[in-house]
Amino acid sequence: MTGKYQKVAYYPGCALEGTGHAYNRSTKAVGKKLGLDLVELKNWNCCGAMEVKNIDPKLQTYLSARNLSIADDMGFDTVMAPCNGCYHNLKKAEYDLANDEPSREVNERLSSKAGHATYESGKVETIHALDWIKHSIGEEGIRQRVKNSLKGLKVANYYGCMYTRPRHIFPEKDKGPGTESTSKPHFMDEILAAAGAENVDYPLKTACCGGAHALSDSDTSTKLVLNLLTTAEACGADVIATECPTCHTGLEMHQVRAEKVLGRKTSVKILYFTQLLGMALGLKPKAVGVQENFSDAMPLIREKGLA
Amino acid sequence: MPIHEKSLIRPENLVEHEELVIDGVDVSGHWSTFIETRAVSDYNEEMQEEIAALGGGENIHRCWQCGSCTNACTVNAINPDFNPRYWIYLIRMGMESELLRDKDIIWQCVSCNKCTYACPRDVNPEGVMKATAHWLELKGHTEKKPSMIFDEAFSHQVFETGKIEDGLVLRQFFKGTNQPLTQPWLVALVKGLMRKFPVLYMVRLGLATVFRPKTSGWGRARDAINAYVEEVEQSNRKALGLDAKGAEQ
Repeated sequence: MTGKYQKVAYYPGCALEGTGHAYNRSTKAVGKKLGLDLVELKNWNCCGAMEVKNIDPKLQTYLSARNLSIADDMGFDTVMAPCNGCYHNLKKAEYDLANDEPSREVNERLSSKAGHATYESGKVETIHALDWIKHSIGEEGIRQRVKNSLKGLKVANYYGCMYTRPRHIFPEKDKGPGTESTSKPHFMDEILAAAGAENVDYPLKTACCGGAHALSDSDTSTKLVLNLLTTAEACGADVIATECPTCHTGLEMHQVRAEKVLGRKTSVKILYFTQLLGMALGLKPKAVGVQENFSDAMPLIREKGLA
Repeated sequence: MPIHEKSLIRPENLVEHEELVIDGVDVSGHWSTFIETRAVSDYNEEMQEEIAALGGGENIHRCWQCGSCTNACTVNAINPDFNPRYWIYLIRMGMESELLRDKDIIWQCVSCNKCTYACPRDVNPEGVMKATAHWLELKGHTEKKPSMIFDEAFSHQVFETGKIEDGLVLRQFFKGTNQPLTQPWLVALVKGLMRKFPVLYMVRLGLATVFRPKTSGWGRARDAINAYVEEVEQSNRKALGLDAKGAEQ
């Protein structure tokens, strides 16, 4: 179903203001190109990422509840988060506030002390950038708007962990045709195929990049990332399409680290799906922030005639 | 009698006498190999309850040992000693000394949630791993692990300002773990970015280190959060029978 989500609240999150800025830039550029309105949450706060939950899970729930209450205050019933971490945490907060009394109690207490409305579950729907494109414009809409087809570009679609796991926080997934699958996600595949890309059969779509320990246990992360990269290459992919700033930065960082530390060089490129989609819609590489990526995909982009 | 699956037994539990005669029969060498008896008498009966009292560990009692977590585990695939199913078993049995053999790898859980996805009993093994790592640290069995140093630096920034700045987290982490910032791979990464010279991006990152990103009007939330964190820390210590400084009561 398309035509939904024409105007939604936008929660970029910290990563998109820092190392993942290319994702922020390309998401906004794609939205503008497609005539979709994004209104940034006022005074949003960090969702706690993969860290605050290790201090206390209920505190992490509060951090997301605060953001959801802002969306509600601004009169939105939908908030779009492109970052898997933010998206996951908003979804998890929604689930915990609906099902866990102690989480509700902590949220109420902290919200009233902090002086803002207490978010009640069910008021705001959280969606990912993939849901946003898929249900607003859809594949047919993209096909009609493609100016610069991704034809001949072989893409491995990589979704990571937080977009599908654990299943219970995503009640709208696994509901049959047209809905997203938690075991074999396909929204990004469909969006990029509509833009002309040739998707390879990538078996590690939901494997882990070790992002949570990208720095604190970098040897583990390098092994996990190297596996993702070499498998993408073995599948014949030119580029890995990402939809999470932690995965994206992790892949770029550990691609370099694998070469420096293990002497294993890989040449597969890494781009956000919004960058690929944006270029297919006729945006210049600069407009989708290709220069802000750590890895250099420009030679490939020129070779495929996308620049 | 020779033991066929020696690889399954820890070397220190295998006993062999070079020269041994029993009732006139020479059983020297591998003829006298036997497995040391392992009688466990030092069960820690509080361990499960203590771990269940820490955030994430609440559902450990639900486990019925199917092994779906270990089967799905990302870290287990690169290190077979990383075994959530087994650790949950040890905790539930109170076999502390066995658990302590693996005390230095439990923190390595990458939170990919494959275990929690696969678990048919809603144990939340990912949370149990974090609670266990936390327990080991609070009880003084391990020093503060790199992931906890990272989590604390990160969380502290969130609590203080409402947001984080990647560069500061990076610098604080390397400082906290006594590592130089000039990791060769990090240098190569930054050089690669500089070559493309994304001026606006560099300016943006530069500004972020000076004018730290923050959520405006965060003060009351900060105070509420800090008070709550203190409350959680106190209740964790109490559940583990520790006094305020962390020593066992």
